Amino acid sequence: MPKYLILKHYRGTPATVNDVPMDRWTPEEVDAHMAFMEAFGERLEADGELVDAQALSPEGAFVRADDQGRGPVTDGPFAETKDLIAGWYVVDVDGWDRAVELAGELSLAPGAGGRPIHEWLEVRPFYGAPSATGD
Amino acid sequence: MDPFYGAPLRELVPAVIGVLVRRGAVFAAAEDAVQEALVEALRTWPADPPHDPKGWLVTVAWRRFLDVVRSETARERREVAVEVEPASGPARDTDDTLEVLFLCAHPALSPASAVALTLRAVAGLTTRQVAEAYLVPEATMAQRISRAKRAVAQASFDRPGDLATVRRVLYLVFNEGYSGDVDLAAEAIRLARQLAVLVDDPENDGLLALMLLHHARRPARIRPDGSLVPLAEQDRTRWDRDLVAEGVTILQSALARERRGELQLQAAIAALHADAASAAETDWVQILEWYDELLALTASPVVRLNRAVAVGEADGARAGLAALDEVDPALPRHRAVAAYLHEKDGAHALAARLYTEAAALATNLAEKTHLTRQAARLNSSLR
Repeated sequence: MPKYLILKHYRGTPATVNDVPMDRWTPEEVDAHMAFMEAFGERLEADGELVDAQALSPEGAFVRADDQGRGPVTDGPFAETKDLIAGWYVVDVDGWDRAVELAGELSLAPGAGGRPIHEWLEVRPFYGAPSATGD
Repeated sequence: MDPFYGAPLRELVPAVIGVLVRRGAVFAAAEDAVQEALVEALRTWPADPPHDPKGWLVTVAWRRFLDVVRSETARERREVAVEVEPASGPARDTDDTLEVLFLCAHPALSPASAVALTLRAVAGLTTRQVAEAYLVPEATMAQRISRAKRAVAQASFDRPGDLATVRRVLYLVFNEGYSGDVDLAAEAIRLARQLAVLVDDPENDGLLALMLLHHARRPARIRPDGSLVPLAEQDRTRWDRDLVAEGVTILQSALARERRGELQLQAAIAALHADAASAAETDWVQILEWYDELLALTASPVVRLNRAVAVGEADGARAGLAALDEVDPALPRHRAVAAYLHEKDGAHALAARLYTEAAALATNLAEKTHLTRQAARLNSSLR
């Protein structure tokens, strides 16, 4: 079974349909969204398709070695970057179509007014191991 | 883990390690051998329980130890005299739990290594259980534990260790367990109880009291969906009154000895919260007095931040904000406290903005969601 990364972004995707930041929802809408996410994760696990799910803080920095041989240098926080990853699901599923189907379900998480956000999710296949018969 | 055999079995682990060390095994090898005996016991005891559990563990662990020594000796093709049979006669009656605890919470170890080693060699958990509790692969945890054992290989088994480090490690276990089938908070309380019995020190009692008082609130702290319930909104009928009573009793006799320390003072604050029938009845004036004493003792920035909340409750939001001015704004949760105090002061738009900023700085998802929800609540009321 191939693995796919379903990537959530804080920003950097095309505009969503219901594009209101979470702190502008009602508390009940926040609760409904969290309950949807919780149920989605539990269902993935129950279906035997979940490998990993993690959420990332928006904080952080780019890091590289300094060209003067001193310690590493950092660039950040990410205030200026266009794209910011918020978290991911790693799923182990029958194939691309199923991964896209799952991302489509996740995209319907409720937002402001209880209406689906239609959030853009990024779906990326993992490279698999070479097969035993592939030569 | 089998609930019936698990806890009594695990309580024997440090003492059995001690027996092997007294017989001449180095700590790292003794610990490995006992871990193997433990895994074997978990497999066979439910169907075939031994009459003398500790004797069984000592025998099996010693045999494993000798197997390893023999195979290493053979591999090195050296003639090394190995004492195959231990000196007969009754095993020493002293309990080496404290010696093992000092070694596992050795100041030379990083907190994560000390926690892992303590959970295996003192709490008697398997590597797999420790790995699951901290959400890392089992191989990673096994490496962390062997590195930790190498780091303390030169430490003396009989020299008294650093009690403050032991307490810090136990508090970390209590506070930062994540998942798996082991209740790490309950494990930490069990170990803190042992420590309080083994070493007469009011701070050990303070640690135990603090854990009990926090643990008492656990049923009300988190909703079924995983979201956080702030102290003021918790259903106090769900607090465990027996744990509160035990914590308060332990704390009172510790405080009576007039050798106050940080943990006793924190427990005193927790006890005052536990004592209030409702959030409105909280004795904030007395809590503030404890915070003043705690700050004088520790000069800790986190204490200074929490004290600003207490000032806000005891003397009003403006006084709380003035106290917050003295706190380093880079501290985690500084923004959240500022939001809380500004809302209390009636500045709702400012508070909402601060809650949104605080949410972006949160270090866990439950807290982030809670803070976002606070911002949402204020923004909704402003519309």
